[in-house]
Amino acid sequence: MSNRDVAVIGVGYTTFQALTPDVNWKEMMFEAASEAYEDAGLDPRKDVDSFITCAEDFWEGFSIFDEFTPDQLGAVLRPMHTVSGDGLQGLASAYMLIRSGLCDIVAVEAHSKISELLTFEGVVKLSFDPVYEAPLFETAHPYAAAGLEMRSYLEASGTTEEQCAAVAAQHKRNAFSNPIAGFAARIETDDVLDSGYLFDPLKKLEIAPRADGSIVIVLASGDVARRYAKPVYLEGIGWSSDSPWIASRGSDAPYAARAAEQAYRKASIANPQKEIDFAEVDDQFAFKTLQHLEALGLARPGEAGHLAEEGALGRNGHLPVNVSGGSLGCGHLMEASGLAKALEVTLQLRGEAGKRQLSNARVGVAQSWRGVPHGTGAVAVFSRRD
Amino acid sequence: MAEQTKEYRATLKPEGVRGKSIRKDELREVPHVTSRPNAKYAWAAGVAMSRFLDELKEGRIVGRKCRKCARVLVPPRMFCERCYRQTDEWVELPGTAVIETFAVSYLDTDANRIKEPILVGVVDLDGAPPHCGFMHYFDEMSPDEIHIGMPVEAVWKPKEERDGAITDIRYFRPRRK
Repeated sequence: MSNRDVAVIGVGYTTFQALTPDVNWKEMMFEAASEAYEDAGLDPRKDVDSFITCAEDFWEGFSIFDEFTPDQLGAVLRPMHTVSGDGLQGLASAYMLIRSGLCDIVAVEAHSKISELLTFEGVVKLSFDPVYEAPLFETAHPYAAAGLEMRSYLEASGTTEEQCAAVAAQHKRNAFSNPIAGFAARIETDDVLDSGYLFDPLKKLEIAPRADGSIVIVLASGDVARRYAKPVYLEGIGWSSDSPWIASRGSDAPYAARAAEQAYRKASIANPQKEIDFAEVDDQFAFKTLQHLEALGLARPGEAGHLAEEGALGRNGHLPVNVSGGSLGCGHLMEASGLAKALEVTLQLRGEAGKRQLSNARVGVAQSWRGVPHGTGAVAVFSRRD
Repeated sequence: MAEQTKEYRATLKPEGVRGKSIRKDELREVPHVTSRPNAKYAWAAGVAMSRFLDELKEGRIVGRKCRKCARVLVPPRMFCERCYRQTDEWVELPGTAVIETFAVSYLDTDANRIKEPILVGVVDLDGAPPHCGFMHYFDEMSPDEIHIGMPVEAVWKPKEERDGAITDIRYFRPRRK
């Protein structure tokens, strides 16, 4: 074992809920961070070498959000920076800090207080190209862009609307076994199909509802991690961004495929279908689950929908996917979504996933996507190495 | 400079006047789009600040004490950022203070020059250790009179006009014993 290996030594998290009017974002982050430091058995004021928060100013509602993060993480007058991206991109920064030898222990935080944004559509609209695309969304809802992508994916892969609906129902049922998930529901494929088109072919129950919550993951170098009972190794991580031109994009989530290539190379994974036991993938829209599984090489193009239909992606299937409930069952946590996936993979590999614990979980993958209209994704491979 | 860029610049303004700010009529000559963000928020004040704002309505200033470093955090916070632990108890402060630092602002919020300067600064509240106070306005004193260490007291809005905001205190004035 090289001393520049990277492993998770602590996790902390709040519950994921639609509304959190009782606390402000600082108090929410403090709750998750305190738990993570307690879990890792360390004092952030002395032991953590660097801190990272993942946040986007427009979600928060004020500029230079970086300046508001040190207090609640124990990072006052310590090395601290913000990644304006998804939690897995923050994890990638921590990975580099540790691999380079600059730091031994790094804390990564990501959160959502999206319930406090009263004009969600208005802000999403701002993320379209202001000169060409934004004027086209003056009338249509910005999620119509997800409808475009779903249709081209269905067409190219042969996936059916029923298969996508089966994914949504599965994830919402999975969430019953996850005490922090906010959107568990006893629904079947037909309930999803009958929920009505919002952006035909995309249906109401196929869209992850937004949630608030905070997650903190503490990472350490191999030397430090060796002292811990259940280190979970971050074996490889990758990320990539597609061109922002919506019209020139493919239907096969190439950002996820490229990110996976990089992560698998680092993790020495040659055959993901054989070597990866379970996955937590981005599912902001149900079809994204299937598209992402194919991009990650966990299913052949056009195959993921069949796996969903056959129940192969369930907790007892041969490729358990989003047993946490995913974003459809837990709620969509904005920039914290990727960290929520990494959290679930960590808990599974530690054997701490409670009622939803998978047997023989040795290698798991977490994947994120930044959402409409972005083409940015990240992939992280974790293992328990025993 | 590339030929294309030169041409483009020539449409904006004649050569030789670079550094001059662009005029409205010049801006109209180049293709552009305008837009106003539709971004509205409602931030929860949180456990500590909610109590603080409620108390302001009643004409009281409260803080949270950290027993470990003995500081009284005002405005209050549920955790001490230096000790990284939860704060321990509520403390009511008398509303008197001394000026810790100040600035005399000759521009208003939109950068317009104003005749009567605005006095802004930080107060050190009695009942709390140094560097535990907050920012506010000063009034009923001239720019010549204001000084560091000056004893001051809070001037409140009438009770019926208070709405649970830091502006329920109108400003701090020289202390009258």
